[in-house]
Amino acid sequence: MTGREAHPDVSRGPSLIDATPKQQRNTLALWLSRLEGPQTMGRGKGFWLTLALAVLAAVIYPLFVDGWTVGNTAYFLVWTFMAMGLGVIWGYAGSLSFGQTAFFGLAGYGYGVLTLNFGAAYGFTLLALLLSVGLAALLAVVLGYFMFYGRVQGVFIGIVTLSVTLVFQAFMAQTAGPEWAIGAARLNGFNGMSGMPPLTIPWPGGDVLLYADIALYYVLLGLMLVVYLGLRMLLNAPFGNVLVAIRENPERAEMLGYDVRRYQLLGFVLGGALAGLSGVLYTAWGQYITPSSMSITAAALPVIWVAFGGRKDVTATLIGTLVMIFLYQWLTIYGSQYAIVVMGVILVLTVLFAPEGIVLSLMRWISARLTSAGGRS
Amino acid sequence: MILQTKGLNKRFGGVHVARNIDFGIEPGEIHCLIGPNGAGKSSLFRLILGAHRPDSGSILFKDEDVTRLPSFARIRKGMSVKFQVPGIFKDLSVRQNLVISFQHHLHGHDLEATIQRVLAFAGLEGLEEKAAGTLSHGRQQWLEIGMAVGVEPQLLLLDEPTAGMSPEETRQTGEMLRTLNAQGVTILAVEHDMSFVQQIADRVTVLHFGEIFAQGSVQEIISHPGVADIYLGASDE
Repeated sequence: MTGREAHPDVSRGPSLIDATPKQQRNTLALWLSRLEGPQTMGRGKGFWLTLALAVLAAVIYPLFVDGWTVGNTAYFLVWTFMAMGLGVIWGYAGSLSFGQTAFFGLAGYGYGVLTLNFGAAYGFTLLALLLSVGLAALLAVVLGYFMFYGRVQGVFIGIVTLSVTLVFQAFMAQTAGPEWAIGAARLNGFNGMSGMPPLTIPWPGGDVLLYADIALYYVLLGLMLVVYLGLRMLLNAPFGNVLVAIRENPERAEMLGYDVRRYQLLGFVLGGALAGLSGVLYTAWGQYITPSSMSITAAALPVIWVAFGGRKDVTATLIGTLVMIFLYQWLTIYGSQYAIVVMGVILVLTVLFAPEGIVLSLMRWISARLTSAGGRS
Repeated sequence: MILQTKGLNKRFGGVHVARNIDFGIEPGEIHCLIGPNGAGKSSLFRLILGAHRPDSGSILFKDEDVTRLPSFARIRKGMSVKFQVPGIFKDLSVRQNLVISFQHHLHGHDLEATIQRVLAFAGLEGLEEKAAGTLSHGRQQWLEIGMAVGVEPQLLLLDEPTAGMSPEETRQTGEMLRTLNAQGVTILAVEHDMSFVQQIADRVTVLHFGEIFAQGSVQEIISHPGVADIYLGASDE
């Protein structure tokens, strides 16, 4: 053997693995450090200051409008969990689920059946929330197991999940008869189930009822922040790295020693649970749920929000979803019959001009501008 | 033997790509697998990795039967692989490629220090924030070698590691493999380039029509009259 002079530098020690034990790091500090990382945009003081200001604005917003308007704004927040969950499955793990509404609807009906039967006393609504989200997660485990371990891939994931939500819708729509009841809860066919209690927080001197009002708004805002920050940490953790590796090149991920199907399943269950959370919150917010929440239109909307925002980044997904829901509501309220058509047009424009998502493209543009400005100064 | 196959058979339709292959690799050697196109090199490679399941026969890794284990489980037992077409995550940074490759192997060890060593080893210092797909072809190949070796595998499997490389890059790659081998990594390489085989191989196995045709040192294989025949025959195609 000759010449070790040129690179690659091959003279560095007997082993490529650094054998010195890693410094023991506080677990909390480790997770907090993952609020920033390669799988999420936004880092440094500027980003966190902007986020803090946005949160502050959201916190003081109810001071300036009446409770009814705040309750309607809370409705926007209800959907963000399903969108962020779809972002995990589709944007990070690379499998487009077109049927997140199946989990949404199952958990929504689950909440209705549980609370109509067992009432709302002693904070049971919160237990019902957990059980219903658990039910959605269980469905995701079963469905995901058969899909991923059955080697269903690509567009077929979308077809299978869409079929499931449409089957659920068709089934629930034919439950109008009085024989379709679970205990005290009539399923009520196409008209849907209603009259379930809102979420309650047990409190000395009387439970706090979270009607579509200011209190519910704050609870949802807090929950949204917790889920958003939690996802940031999870996506920058080794788990998130593996999901991204699977999206980029599943065969390579397997050949690096990762059980690809298990990770896909875990991502799918997380997304299903978050869709279920949205379903419960939706049902508790309006005290009704109907089969149309699992229809093809309902199933398409989250896909449009996430595509518009930018599926590969949780922040872009969140912003895009809020913008799109606001726009959709605004179009619907102000008399346009074509709100859904506008949604479709936006999807087409996104796919044509910013396939990575409009919000994400804007964020990248701003980030690049800031970086170059910082470089000059 | 660190790796052993016993009576391995695999058919794809009417094509018998592996016929009763009894094959073994000694710990510490660099073993090259050669043969004309269609000889079954890649099939044997994929059988060893678990990307194909054999119709019959068994595969032992470190004396343990891994025939029924999926690929990821074999990798976790100490195999590592580099593909012919660079199997890297092109849209991710060089650093991200390495983090993803090492994170689960390095419990209790310093990931960052390992990344720095691998960057130096693979000649990628200063490029860690670049998207892997923007590197030159040779550097992409080295990145993938780095991804494969940072986990300190016992058996490194390489499918045409120098495909598409310049002669200088090929020479440097040979040195990298020699160094790894000196550090105790056993290497199995599928290779076309005979001059590269001469540079690195301790032993060579020649496959032909899914069978082991000849086996021996580089010198024995080069002077084997039949080997030249099958290569010349193949080059007539």
